[in-house]
Amino acid sequence: MHSNRYIFIYSTVKVIIVAILLTVVAIGLKPKQQYNIKVEKMQNILASVNILSTTKNAEELFNKYIVDQKVIDVNGNEQPNLKAFDINVEQESKVPADKRKLPIYICKTDKGETKYILPTYGKGLWGPIWGYISVNDDKNTVYGSFFDHKGETPGLGAEIATTAFQAQFAGKKLFDDNGTFVSIKAVKGGADKNDVHGVDAISGGTITSNGLTKMLMDELKPYENFLKQKN
Amino acid sequence: MSNIKEKEPLFSAKIAKTFLGPLNLNNPITVQILGICSSLAVTVQLKPALIMALSVTIVTGFSNLIISIMRNSIPSRIRIIVQLVVIATLVIIVDQALKAYVYDVSKKLSVFVGLIITNCILMGRLEAYAMANKPWPSFVDGIGNGIGYGMILVIVAFFRELLGSGKILGMSVIPDSFYQAGYENNGLMILPPMALVTIGVIIWIHRSWKKSLIEK
Repeated sequence: MHSNRYIFIYSTVKVIIVAILLTVVAIGLKPKQQYNIKVEKMQNILASVNILSTTKNAEELFNKYIVDQKVIDVNGNEQPNLKAFDINVEQESKVPADKRKLPIYICKTDKGETKYILPTYGKGLWGPIWGYISVNDDKNTVYGSFFDHKGETPGLGAEIATTAFQAQFAGKKLFDDNGTFVSIKAVKGGADKNDVHGVDAISGGTITSNGLTKMLMDELKPYENFLKQKN
Repeated sequence: MSNIKEKEPLFSAKIAKTFLGPLNLNNPITVQILGICSSLAVTVQLKPALIMALSVTIVTGFSNLIISIMRNSIPSRIRIIVQLVVIATLVIIVDQALKAYVYDVSKKLSVFVGLIITNCILMGRLEAYAMANKPWPSFVDGIGNGIGYGMILVIVAFFRELLGSGKILGMSVIPDSFYQAGYENNGLMILPPMALVTIGVIIWIHRSWKKSLIEK
Protein backbone atom coordinates (compact mmCIF):
# COMPACT_ATOMS: atom_id res chain seq x y z
CA MET A 1 0.00 0.00 0.00
CA HIS A 2 1.41 3.38 -0.97
CA SER A 3 1.39 6.23 1.51
CA ASN A 4 -0.68 9.38 1.03
CA ARG A 5 2.54 11.33 0.60
CA TYR A 6 3.61 9.07 -2.26
CA ILE A 7 0.21 9.44 -3.95
CA PHE A 8 0.29 13.24 -3.74
CA ILE A 9 3.79 13.51 -5.13
CA TYR A 10 3.03 10.92 -7.79
CA SER A 11 -0.06 12.75 -9.05
CA THR A 12 1.60 16.16 -8.92
CA VAL A 13 4.59 15.05 -10.95
CA LYS A 14 2.35 13.29 -13.42
CA VAL A 15 0.11 16.31 -13.95
CA ILE A 16 3.13 18.55 -14.52
CA ILE A 17 4.63 16.18 -17.09
CA VAL A 18 1.32 15.86 -18.94
CA ALA A 19 0.75 19.62 -18.90
CA ILE A 20 4.17 20.32 -20.39
CA LEU A 21 3.71 17.64 -23.03
CA LEU A 22 0.29 18.94 -24.11
CA THR A 23 1.48 22.53 -24.21
CA VAL A 24 4.36 21.60 -26.49
CA VAL A 25 2.04 19.70 -28.83
CA ALA A 26 -0.59 22.45 -28.89
CA ILE A 27 1.90 25.22 -29.58
CA GLY A 28 3.78 23.15 -32.14
CA LEU A 29 0.69 22.34 -34.19
CA LYS A 30 -1.06 25.69 -33.87
CA PRO A 31 0.33 27.38 -37.03
CA LYS A 32 -0.74 24.41 -39.14
CA GLN A 33 -4.24 24.37 -37.58
CA GLN A 34 -4.71 28.09 -38.10
CA TYR A 35 -3.64 27.74 -41.70
CA ASN A 36 -6.30 25.03 -42.16
CA ILE A 37 -8.96 27.33 -40.70
CA LYS A 38 -7.84 30.15 -43.00
CA VAL A 39 -7.95 27.90 -46.07
CA GLU A 40 -11.39 26.65 -45.11
CA LYS A 41 -12.66 30.23 -44.85
CA MET A 42 -11.25 30.94 -48.30
CA GLN A 43 -12.96 27.85 -49.68
CA ASN A 44 -16.28 28.91 -48.15
CA ILE A 45 -16.01 32.40 -49.61
CA LEU A 46 -15.17 30.99 -53.04
CA ALA A 47 -18.07 28.52 -52.80
CA SER A 48 -20.50 31.42 -52.46
CA VAL A 49 -19.50 32.64 -55.94
CA ASN A 50 -19.75 29.06 -57.29
CA ILE A 51 -16.00 28.51 -57.50
CA LEU A 52 -15.01 25.04 -56.36
CA SER A 53 -11.63 24.79 -54.70
CA THR A 54 -9.56 22.17 -52.94
CA THR A 55 -7.44 22.71 -49.85
CA LYS A 56 -4.43 22.88 -52.15
CA ASN A 57 -5.54 25.53 -54.63
CA ALA A 58 -7.87 27.57 -52.39
CA GLU A 59 -5.29 30.24 -51.57
CA GLU A 60 -4.29 30.66 -55.21
CA LEU A 61 -7.91 30.89 -56.42
CA PHE A 62 -8.79 33.27 -53.60
CA ASN A 63 -6.02 35.66 -54.59
CA LYS A 64 -7.06 35.39 -58.22
CA TYR A 65 -10.82 35.97 -57.90
CA ILE A 66 -11.19 38.06 -54.74
CA VAL A 67 -9.80 41.30 -56.13
CA ASP A 68 -10.65 43.53 -53.21
CA GLN A 69 -11.97 43.36 -49.67
CA LYS A 70 -13.12 46.14 -47.43
CA VAL A 71 -14.86 46.85 -44.16
CA ILE A 72 -17.75 49.30 -43.98
CA ASP A 73 -19.93 50.71 -41.21
CA VAL A 74 -23.71 50.64 -41.15
CA ASN A 75 -23.89 53.89 -43.17
CA GLY A 76 -21.93 52.30 -45.97
CA ASN A 77 -18.75 54.28 -45.31
CA GLU A 78 -15.50 52.42 -45.75
CA GLN A 79 -13.48 51.90 -42.58
CA PRO A 80 -9.81 52.54 -43.19
CA ASN A 81 -7.02 50.18 -42.16
CA LEU A 82 -9.24 47.13 -41.72
CA LYS A 83 -9.15 43.93 -43.73
CA ALA A 84 -12.38 42.01 -44.25
CA PHE A 85 -10.64 38.67 -43.82
CA ASP A 86 -9.51 39.58 -40.29
CA ILE A 87 -13.00 40.49 -39.07
CA ASN A 88 -14.54 37.90 -36.76
CA VAL A 89 -18.13 37.71 -38.01
CA GLU A 90 -19.23 35.74 -34.94
CA GLN A 91 -18.17 38.53 -32.61
CA GLU A 92 -19.58 41.25 -34.84
CA SER A 93 -22.99 39.56 -34.90
CA LYS A 94 -23.24 40.16 -31.14
CA VAL A 95 -22.54 43.89 -31.48
CA PRO A 96 -25.52 46.26 -32.01
CA ALA A 97 -26.11 46.69 -35.75
CA ASP A 98 -25.14 50.37 -35.85
CA LYS A 99 -21.71 49.68 -34.35
CA ARG A 100 -20.81 46.66 -36.44
CA LYS A 101 -17.80 46.33 -38.67
CA LEU A 102 -19.18 44.86 -41.88
CA PRO A 103 -16.78 42.94 -44.10
CA ILE A 104 -17.30 42.76 -47.86
CA TYR A 105 -15.34 40.71 -50.37
CA ILE A 106 -15.34 41.81 -53.99
CA CYS A 107 -14.99 39.11 -56.58
CA LYS A 108 -14.29 39.44 -60.31
CA THR A 109 -15.50 36.38 -62.20
CA ASP A 110 -13.94 34.98 -65.36
CA LYS A 111 -16.53 36.93 -67.38
CA GLY A 112 -15.36 40.16 -65.74
CA GLU A 113 -18.54 40.59 -63.66
CA THR A 114 -18.28 42.05 -60.18
CA LYS A 115 -19.86 40.16 -57.28
CA TYR A 116 -20.12 41.31 -53.67
CA ILE A 117 -19.79 38.62 -51.01
CA LEU A 118 -21.40 39.26 -47.63
CA PRO A 119 -20.77 36.99 -44.62
CA THR A 120 -23.55 35.99 -42.21
CA TYR A 121 -23.64 34.28 -38.82
CA GLY A 122 -26.62 33.03 -36.81
CA LYS A 123 -28.21 30.28 -34.78
CA GLY A 124 -29.60 26.95 -35.96
CA LEU A 125 -31.26 24.34 -33.77
CA TRP A 126 -28.22 22.85 -32.03
CA GLY A 127 -25.55 25.43 -32.59
CA PRO A 128 -24.23 28.18 -34.80
CA ILE A 129 -24.85 28.35 -38.54
CA TRP A 130 -22.99 30.65 -40.88
CA GLY A 131 -22.58 31.38 -44.52
CA TYR A 132 -21.79 33.75 -47.35
CA ILE A 133 -24.20 35.33 -49.82
CA SER A 134 -22.92 36.80 -53.06
CA VAL A 135 -24.87 39.46 -54.96
CA ASN A 136 -24.55 40.76 -58.53
CA ASP A 137 -23.33 44.28 -59.16
CA ASP A 138 -26.94 45.54 -59.08
CA LYS A 139 -26.53 44.80 -55.32
CA ASN A 140 -29.94 43.17 -55.29
CA THR A 141 -29.93 39.87 -57.16
CA VAL A 142 -28.30 36.94 -55.38
CA TYR A 143 -25.61 35.22 -57.41
CA GLY A 144 -24.72 32.35 -55.10
CA SER A 145 -24.68 31.20 -51.52
CA PHE A 146 -22.84 28.98 -49.11
CA PHE A 147 -24.02 27.79 -45.69
CA ASP A 148 -22.49 25.58 -43.07
CA HIS A 149 -23.30 24.56 -39.53
CA LYS A 150 -21.70 23.15 -36.44
CA GLY A 151 -24.07 20.46 -35.27
CA GLU A 152 -27.38 20.38 -37.14
CA THR A 153 -29.06 16.98 -37.55
CA PRO A 154 -27.80 15.05 -40.59
CA GLY A 155 -30.56 14.60 -43.14
CA LEU A 156 -32.65 17.36 -41.54
CA GLY A 157 -31.22 20.76 -40.53
CA ALA A 158 -27.80 19.83 -41.87
CA GLU A 159 -29.30 19.94 -45.38
CA ILE A 160 -28.60 23.69 -45.45
CA ALA A 161 -25.00 22.74 -46.23
CA THR A 162 -25.97 20.89 -49.42
CA THR A 163 -25.59 22.38 -52.88
CA ALA A 164 -29.20 21.48 -53.68
CA PHE A 165 -30.43 23.82 -50.95
CA GLN A 166 -27.88 26.53 -51.67
CA ALA A 167 -28.61 26.53 -55.42
CA GLN A 168 -32.12 27.83 -54.72
CA PHE A 169 -30.74 31.21 -53.71
CA ALA A 170 -29.38 32.14 -57.14
CA GLY A 171 -31.58 34.77 -58.79
CA LYS A 172 -33.51 35.69 -55.63
CA LYS A 173 -33.78 39.36 -54.73
CA LEU A 174 -33.01 41.20 -51.49
CA PHE A 175 -35.16 44.30 -52.23
CA ASP A 176 -38.75 44.47 -53.45
CA ASP A 177 -39.91 46.66 -56.36
CA ASN A 178 -40.31 49.69 -54.08
CA GLY A 179 -36.72 49.43 -52.92
CA THR A 180 -37.57 48.11 -49.44
CA PHE A 181 -35.22 45.56 -47.92
CA VAL A 182 -37.11 42.27 -47.45
CA SER A 183 -34.26 39.70 -47.40
CA ILE A 184 -34.82 36.05 -48.36
CA LYS A 185 -37.01 33.67 -46.39
CA ALA A 186 -37.03 29.89 -46.14
CA VAL A 187 -40.72 29.11 -46.65
CA LYS A 188 -42.20 26.09 -44.87
CA GLY A 189 -44.05 23.81 -47.26
CA GLY A 190 -42.20 25.21 -50.26
CA ALA A 191 -41.92 28.67 -51.74
CA ASP A 192 -44.05 29.82 -54.64
CA LYS A 193 -42.21 29.57 -57.95
CA ASN A 194 -42.67 33.28 -58.64
CA ASP A 195 -41.59 34.31 -55.16
CA VAL A 196 -38.31 36.16 -55.63
CA HIS A 197 -37.77 36.40 -51.86
CA GLY A 198 -38.48 32.81 -50.85
CA VAL A 199 -36.72 29.45 -50.99
CA ASP A 200 -38.03 26.04 -49.93
CA ALA A 201 -37.38 25.38 -46.25
CA ILE A 202 -35.90 22.06 -45.18
CA SER A 203 -38.63 19.54 -44.36
CA GLY A 204 -38.05 18.34 -40.82
CA GLY A 205 -35.63 21.18 -40.25
CA THR A 206 -38.05 23.97 -39.39
CA ILE A 207 -36.02 25.49 -36.56
CA THR A 208 -32.84 25.48 -38.63
CA SER A 209 -34.74 27.00 -41.56
CA ASN A 210 -36.22 29.69 -39.33
CA GLY A 211 -32.76 30.33 -37.90
CA LEU A 212 -31.45 30.76 -41.41
CA THR A 213 -34.21 33.22 -42.30
CA LYS A 214 -33.53 35.20 -39.13
CA MET A 215 -29.78 35.11 -39.79
CA LEU A 216 -30.20 36.50 -43.32
CA MET A 217 -32.54 39.23 -42.09
CA ASP A 218 -30.42 40.30 -39.11
CA GLU A 219 -27.06 40.03 -40.81
CA LEU A 220 -27.86 41.52 -44.23
CA LYS A 221 -30.00 44.40 -42.93
CA PRO A 222 -26.94 46.38 -41.71
CA TYR A 223 -25.63 46.26 -45.28
CA GLU A 224 -28.80 48.01 -46.54
CA ASN A 225 -27.15 51.42 -47.03
CA PHE A 226 -24.22 49.86 -48.84
CA LEU A 227 -26.52 47.83 -51.07
CA LYS A 228 -28.55 50.92 -51.95
CA GLN A 229 -25.46 52.85 -53.06
CA LYS A 230 -25.39 52.47 -56.82
CA ASN A 231 -22.06 52.49 -58.57
CA MET B 1 21.29 -21.66 -10.50
CA SER B 2 21.04 -18.40 -12.29
CA ASN B 3 18.12 -16.24 -11.30
CA ILE B 4 18.11 -14.34 -14.61
CA LYS B 5 14.85 -15.15 -16.32
CA GLU B 6 15.05 -16.45 -19.83
CA LYS B 7 14.19 -13.61 -22.17
CA GLU B 8 11.06 -14.15 -24.18
CA PRO B 9 11.54 -13.67 -27.93
CA LEU B 10 9.83 -10.62 -29.44
CA PHE B 11 7.61 -12.66 -31.72
CA SER B 12 6.78 -15.80 -29.77
CA ALA B 13 3.67 -17.90 -30.22
CA LYS B 14 2.20 -16.26 -27.12
CA ILE B 15 2.68 -12.79 -28.59
CA ALA B 16 1.07 -13.92 -31.83
CA LYS B 17 -1.91 -15.17 -29.84
CA THR B 18 -2.13 -11.86 -27.97
CA PHE B 19 -2.17 -10.04 -31.31
CA LEU B 20 -4.53 -12.33 -33.22
CA GLY B 21 -7.04 -12.92 -30.42
CA PRO B 22 -8.79 -9.55 -30.74
CA LEU B 23 -8.93 -9.93 -34.51
CA ASN B 24 -11.04 -13.05 -34.30
CA LEU B 25 -12.17 -14.98 -31.23
CA ASN B 26 -11.88 -12.07 -28.82
CA ASN B 27 -12.88 -9.19 -31.11
CA PRO B 28 -13.76 -6.11 -29.06
CA ILE B 29 -16.87 -5.25 -31.06
CA THR B 30 -18.36 -8.56 -32.15
CA VAL B 31 -17.41 -10.67 -29.11
CA GLN B 32 -16.74 -8.30 -26.23
CA ILE B 33 -19.46 -5.90 -27.51
CA LEU B 34 -17.34 -2.85 -26.62
CA GLY B 35 -17.04 0.42 -28.52
CA ILE B 36 -20.40 0.06 -30.25
CA CYS B 37 -21.43 3.71 -29.96
CA SER B 38 -18.62 5.17 -32.03
CA SER B 39 -18.91 2.38 -34.59
CA LEU B 40 -22.50 3.47 -35.22
CA ALA B 41 -21.58 7.10 -35.68
CA VAL B 42 -18.44 7.22 -37.76
CA THR B 43 -19.20 4.50 -40.31
CA VAL B 44 -21.27 6.48 -42.81
CA GLN B 45 -18.19 6.85 -45.01
CA LEU B 46 -15.02 4.83 -45.29
CA LYS B 47 -12.49 7.63 -44.86
CA PRO B 48 -13.56 8.81 -41.38
CA ALA B 49 -13.83 5.15 -40.34
CA LEU B 50 -10.25 4.50 -41.44
CA ILE B 51 -8.96 7.56 -39.60
CA MET B 52 -10.95 6.63 -36.49
CA ALA B 53 -9.60 3.07 -36.65
CA LEU B 54 -6.04 4.37 -36.92
CA SER B 55 -6.57 6.87 -34.07
CA VAL B 56 -8.03 4.24 -31.73
CA THR B 57 -5.23 1.79 -32.59
CA ILE B 58 -2.58 4.39 -31.77
CA VAL B 59 -4.29 5.30 -28.50
CA THR B 60 -4.87 1.68 -27.37
CA GLY B 61 -1.34 0.65 -28.30
CA PHE B 62 0.45 3.51 -26.57
CA SER B 63 -1.81 3.77 -23.52
CA ASN B 64 -1.26 0.04 -22.92
CA LEU B 65 2.50 0.51 -23.36
CA ILE B 66 2.72 3.52 -21.04
CA ILE B 67 0.52 2.03 -18.32
CA SER B 68 2.46 -1.22 -18.48
CA ILE B 69 5.77 0.61 -18.06
CA MET B 70 4.35 2.49 -15.06
CA ARG B 71 2.36 -0.43 -13.66
CA ASN B 72 4.61 -1.12 -10.64
CA SER B 73 4.70 2.51 -9.53
CA ILE B 74 1.01 3.33 -9.88
CA PRO B 75 -0.67 3.63 -6.47
CA SER B 76 -3.60 1.23 -6.68
CA ARG B 77 -5.96 3.68 -4.97
CA ILE B 78 -5.71 6.18 -7.84
CA ARG B 79 -5.01 3.80 -10.70
CA ILE B 80 -8.21 4.57 -12.65
CA ILE B 81 -7.42 8.30 -12.58
CA VAL B 82 -3.87 7.63 -13.70
CA GLN B 83 -5.15 5.48 -16.57
CA LEU B 84 -7.63 8.14 -17.59
CA VAL B 85 -4.96 10.83 -17.59
CA VAL B 86 -2.78 8.74 -19.90
CA ILE B 87 -5.69 8.02 -22.25
CA ALA B 88 -6.90 11.63 -22.25
CA THR B 89 -3.41 12.92 -22.99
CA LEU B 90 -2.98 10.59 -25.95
CA VAL B 91 -6.45 11.41 -27.27
CA ILE B 92 -5.78 15.14 -27.11
CA ILE B 93 -2.51 14.68 -28.98
CA VAL B 94 -4.26 12.60 -31.66
CA ASP B 95 -7.07 15.16 -31.90
CA GLN B 96 -4.63 18.05 -32.30
CA ALA B 97 -2.66 16.13 -34.94
CA LEU B 98 -5.84 15.37 -36.91
CA LYS B 99 -6.82 19.05 -36.81
CA ALA B 100 -3.40 19.95 -38.17
CA TYR B 101 -3.01 17.30 -40.85
CA VAL B 102 -6.47 16.06 -41.94
CA TYR B 103 -8.67 19.03 -41.10
CA ASP B 104 -11.68 18.01 -43.21
CA VAL B 105 -11.84 14.55 -41.65
CA SER B 106 -11.29 15.90 -38.16
CA LYS B 107 -14.41 18.03 -38.61
CA LYS B 108 -16.44 14.94 -39.53
CA LEU B 109 -15.10 12.99 -36.57
CA SER B 110 -15.43 16.08 -34.35
CA VAL B 111 -16.82 14.89 -31.05
CA PHE B 112 -16.05 11.20 -31.56
CA VAL B 113 -12.29 11.60 -31.30
CA GLY B 114 -12.78 13.26 -27.94
CA LEU B 115 -15.03 10.38 -26.99
CA ILE B 116 -12.25 7.85 -27.55
CA ILE B 117 -11.48 8.71 -23.92
CA THR B 118 -14.66 6.97 -22.86
CA ASN B 119 -14.29 4.10 -25.31
CA CYS B 120 -14.71 1.01 -23.17
CA ILE B 121 -12.03 -0.88 -25.12
CA LEU B 122 -9.32 1.37 -23.70
CA MET B 123 -10.11 1.16 -20.00
CA GLY B 124 -10.97 -2.50 -20.47
CA ARG B 125 -7.57 -3.37 -21.92
CA LEU B 126 -5.67 -1.28 -19.40
CA GLU B 127 -7.37 -2.91 -16.43
CA ALA B 128 -7.44 -6.41 -17.86
CA TYR B 129 -4.05 -6.57 -19.52
CA ALA B 130 -1.60 -3.70 -19.18
CA MET B 131 -1.75 -3.56 -15.36
CA ALA B 132 -0.53 -7.16 -15.18
CA ASN B 133 1.75 -7.66 -18.17
CA LYS B 134 5.10 -6.51 -19.48
CA PRO B 135 5.33 -3.51 -21.86
CA TRP B 136 5.88 -5.37 -25.14
CA PRO B 137 2.99 -7.87 -24.83
CA SER B 138 0.80 -5.01 -23.59
CA PHE B 139 1.66 -2.90 -26.61
CA VAL B 140 0.86 -5.82 -28.93
CA ASP B 141 -2.41 -6.41 -27.08
CA GLY B 142 -3.35 -2.75 -27.51
CA ILE B 143 -2.51 -2.68 -31.19
CA GLY B 144 -4.37 -5.99 -31.70
CA ASN B 145 -7.49 -4.66 -30.00
CA GLY B 146 -7.28 -1.40 -31.93
CA ILE B 147 -7.05 -3.26 -35.22
CA GLY B 148 -9.81 -5.67 -34.20
CA TYR B 149 -12.05 -2.66 -33.50
CA GLY B 150 -10.95 -0.84 -36.65
CA MET B 151 -11.49 -3.90 -38.81
CA ILE B 152 -15.18 -4.07 -37.93
CA LEU B 153 -15.47 -0.28 -38.35
CA VAL B 154 -14.02 -0.48 -41.86
CA ILE B 155 -16.20 -3.45 -42.87
CA VAL B 156 -19.35 -1.66 -41.66
CA ALA B 157 -18.30 1.61 -43.30
CA PHE B 158 -17.52 -0.18 -46.58
CA PHE B 159 -21.05 -1.57 -46.88
CA ARG B 160 -22.74 1.59 -45.62
CA GLU B 161 -20.91 3.85 -48.05
CA LEU B 162 -21.31 1.41 -50.96
CA LEU B 163 -25.02 0.75 -50.47
CA GLY B 164 -25.94 4.14 -49.02
CA SER B 165 -24.06 6.48 -51.35
CA GLY B 166 -22.81 4.19 -54.13
CA LYS B 167 -19.26 5.29 -53.40
CA ILE B 168 -16.04 3.91 -51.98
CA LEU B 169 -13.72 6.46 -50.37
CA GLY B 170 -15.75 9.20 -52.06
CA MET B 171 -15.41 7.76 -55.58
CA SER B 172 -18.48 6.53 -57.43
CA VAL B 173 -18.21 2.80 -58.06
CA ILE B 174 -21.74 1.94 -59.16
CA PRO B 175 -21.96 2.48 -62.92
CA ASP B 176 -24.54 4.91 -64.30
CA SER B 177 -26.18 2.09 -66.26
CA PHE B 178 -27.31 0.55 -62.94
CA TYR B 179 -29.07 3.77 -61.97
CA GLN B 180 -30.68 3.97 -65.42
CA ALA B 181 -31.88 0.40 -64.96
CA GLY B 182 -33.69 1.51 -61.81
CA TYR B 183 -31.11 0.96 -59.06
CA GLU B 184 -31.27 3.48 -56.25
CA ASN B 185 -28.96 4.22 -53.32
CA ASN B 186 -30.44 2.97 -50.08
CA GLY B 187 -30.84 6.10 -47.95
CA LEU B 188 -31.55 3.97 -44.89
CA MET B 189 -27.93 2.76 -44.86
CA ILE B 190 -26.78 6.31 -44.08
CA LEU B 191 -28.83 6.42 -40.87
CA PRO B 192 -27.36 5.05 -37.60
CA PRO B 193 -29.91 2.20 -37.14
CA MET B 194 -28.51 0.42 -40.19
CA ALA B 195 -25.04 0.46 -38.64
CA LEU B 196 -26.47 -1.51 -35.75
CA VAL B 197 -28.13 -3.95 -38.15
CA THR B 198 -24.87 -4.30 -40.13
CA ILE B 199 -22.92 -5.03 -36.95
CA GLY B 200 -25.62 -7.53 -36.01
CA VAL B 201 -25.18 -9.29 -39.35
CA ILE B 202 -21.39 -9.38 -38.87
CA ILE B 203 -21.83 -10.89 -35.38
CA TRP B 204 -24.21 -13.46 -36.85
CA ILE B 205 -21.77 -14.43 -39.61
CA HIS B 206 -18.90 -14.52 -37.11
CA ARG B 207 -20.76 -16.87 -34.77
CA SER B 208 -21.96 -19.20 -37.50
CA TRP B 209 -18.32 -19.46 -38.60
CA LYS B 210 -16.85 -19.92 -35.10
CA LYS B 211 -19.30 -22.21 -33.33
CA SER B 212 -17.34 -21.93 -30.07
CA LEU B 213 -18.67 -18.37 -29.66
CA ILE B 214 -22.29 -19.47 -29.42
CA GLU B 215 -23.50 -19.38 -25.82
CA LYS B 216 -25.21 -22.51 -24.62
